[in-house]
Amino acid sequence: MMRTADLVSSASRALRSNPLRSALTALGVIIGVASVVAMVALGSGAQAMVERSIASLGSNLLIVVPGAQQSGGVRMAQGGGGRDTLTLDDAEAIGQLEGVLAVAPSQRSGAQIVANGLNWNTRIEGVTPSYLLARDWDVAQGRFFDESEERQARRVVVLGATVARELFANVDPIGQTMRINGGSYEVIGVLTSKGQSGFGMDQDDIVLAPLTTVKRRISGRQRRADTVSQISVKAGSEGELNRLQEDVENLLRERHRIRAGDDDDFTVQNLSSITETAAQTTQVFTYLLGGISAVSLLVGGIGIMNIMLVSVTERTREIGLRKALGARQSDILHQFSLEAVTLSLAGGMIGLALGVAGAWAMTSLFNLPLVISPQNALMAIAFSGLVGVLFGAYPAWRAAKLDPIEALRRE
Amino acid sequence: MMATLIEANNLVKLYQMGDETVHALDGVSFSVPRGDYCAIVGPSGSGKSTMMNILGGLDTPTSGRIVIDGADIAELSDEQLAGFRNKTIGFIFQSFNLLPRLSALENVELPMIYGGVLPKERRERAAELLHRVGLGERMGHRPTQLSGGQQQRVAIARALAGRPALVLADEPTGALDSNTGKEILALFSQLNSEGATIVIVTHDHEVAAATRRTIEMRDGHIVSDRQNGSRAA
Ligand SMILES: Nc1ncnc2c1ncn2[C@@H]1O[C@H](COP(=O)(O)OP(=O)(O)O)[C@@H](O)[C@H]1O
Ligand SMILES: [Mg+2]
Repeated sequence: MMRTADLVSSASRALRSNPLRSALTALGVIIGVASVVAMVALGSGAQAMVERSIASLGSNLLIVVPGAQQSGGVRMAQGGGGRDTLTLDDAEAIGQLEGVLAVAPSQRSGAQIVANGLNWNTRIEGVTPSYLLARDWDVAQGRFFDESEERQARRVVVLGATVARELFANVDPIGQTMRINGGSYEVIGVLTSKGQSGFGMDQDDIVLAPLTTVKRRISGRQRRADTVSQISVKAGSEGELNRLQEDVENLLRERHRIRAGDDDDFTVQNLSSITETAAQTTQVFTYLLGGISAVSLLVGGIGIMNIMLVSVTERTREIGLRKALGARQSDILHQFSLEAVTLSLAGGMIGLALGVAGAWAMTSLFNLPLVISPQNALMAIAFSGLVGVLFGAYPAWRAAKLDPIEALRRE
Repeated sequence: MMATLIEANNLVKLYQMGDETVHALDGVSFSVPRGDYCAIVGPSGSGKSTMMNILGGLDTPTSGRIVIDGADIAELSDEQLAGFRNKTIGFIFQSFNLLPRLSALENVELPMIYGGVLPKERRERAAELLHRVGLGERMGHRPTQLSGGQQQRVAIARALAGRPALVLADEPTGALDSNTGKEILALFSQLNSEGATIVIVTHDHEVAAATRRTIEMRDGHIVSDRQNGSRAA
């Protein structure tokens, strides 16, 4: 019985006796693993970026908007006018549902802002204080308005980071006055930056004001006083989100007296399912890239098999001799398998290093986050080892089965 | 320990060559006591190599029974045969068959690696054996740095590494000039006088004359089996 240490030294000795050939044989696996690692890292980077930007909208979030789901063309709800179907009472009722952490009705309006001698066109969102919690948002500077300021329709605003930067580049915005649609408002806070949303919109290009203020003073009197353009609903946990979505839908159908079979006059968007879909899409993309690269790994495996077969033929006499001296079939099998696995594992590790370097170069080029999970790295190594086992098996088996008499007779 | 090392009874080895059956061995019986030193001679094609392969556990007879050192060769599994070759047999070949990448010392260690002997122990034993065959100063040399006679000495040391019950040599002097051949034969005689059982296959009657006993084969049969008077004890 051969000792493992002797097996290893005997295999490594055989590989070192022909270093150029060993290196060229491993090269196939090196390229294969490097491209798999780089492609998967690139795909994961893209995936992480998509997930991150969608998650920035808020976690565990349902967004209720007026109008029916648009599917297969533009098909709005009948009767309801499609616009003013959500009310403050709807929001309050939703707040009573089980598992709701925060509910925030809001009214969106566009407006021209003048401040500090500058003009800026942006969205004005009339919100309640619970909006921050619902949207996982926070103030970076100053403060947010409270319940009583909201009720009293105070003329205060909190700026998104973009607006603050554009209008108050050189001054502290807190305490400044700005004019919206002719009225004047005091800036009391600036929000933290959220960056772009998954849909490419700058989320920081916004001004938040008390909901009542927006309803009464900004969005105009043509609308009913108690309607809102959106209700944000935050669930306590992601697990509750799907159930809560159903509860919200049932509640609103009941409140809006929509009969079975009729279309809803509202839509509940589940951000986590949107995130999931987007993540799945990029993941499929990642697997596709990885799969294509894996083909080159297979080609590397075939290269190993080819060279191992050549090696068995060249070393026929040696194998015969080893058998005559007492090597068992399993000893020969192990030695040749180990040579193949060593080649492919070494190739795998070098390939991993090159792949990481390549991924780093590409992600910094495309400005993506560099995502290399230890599992993926381990998988690349394990896979390259597997390639060695699979493609080394046949040559090793051929070597083990050689008839020693025939082999010794060979020149 | 039994006095008889090899007991061969009516050995037959057939080879099928297309429609023709070749009787490489056609009913061969003989026995070899421990400590014997014998030569198997005969013209080419007489069955010497076939006999050698069976004695060495590289091949099994088509029929008949052969027991070596208490082991019935036909009964052994592939794995047991490997162990038998490792422990019971020491092979010496006409063309030395040293591994060119290994030093003399490592070549001698090789069978002990398959025997699972620990590195320190096998290195010591290999060095001791190389001293014994007169190569104590050349242990680190590669085979290509050694003369033919020196290479065969390394091969002899390697054959002795597993303390074999039987040393088998196939034309051990065939690739050497006559003086070197005589030195190798002298080494065999010395080993035999120290107790080794040796069987040499040769077509050279001068080589056969250096042994104690000559078994002559022809067409798969033993045609004569006699003690060599001049050397007989
Ligand atoms: N593998 C084989 N296949 C077919 N015939 C063989 C084989 N090995 C040996 N023979 C035949 O068996 C006979 C004995 O051969 P061998 O033992 O090599 O004789 P020697 O070694 O005395 O020259 C010869 O006729 C040879 O052709
Ligand atoms: Mg022969």
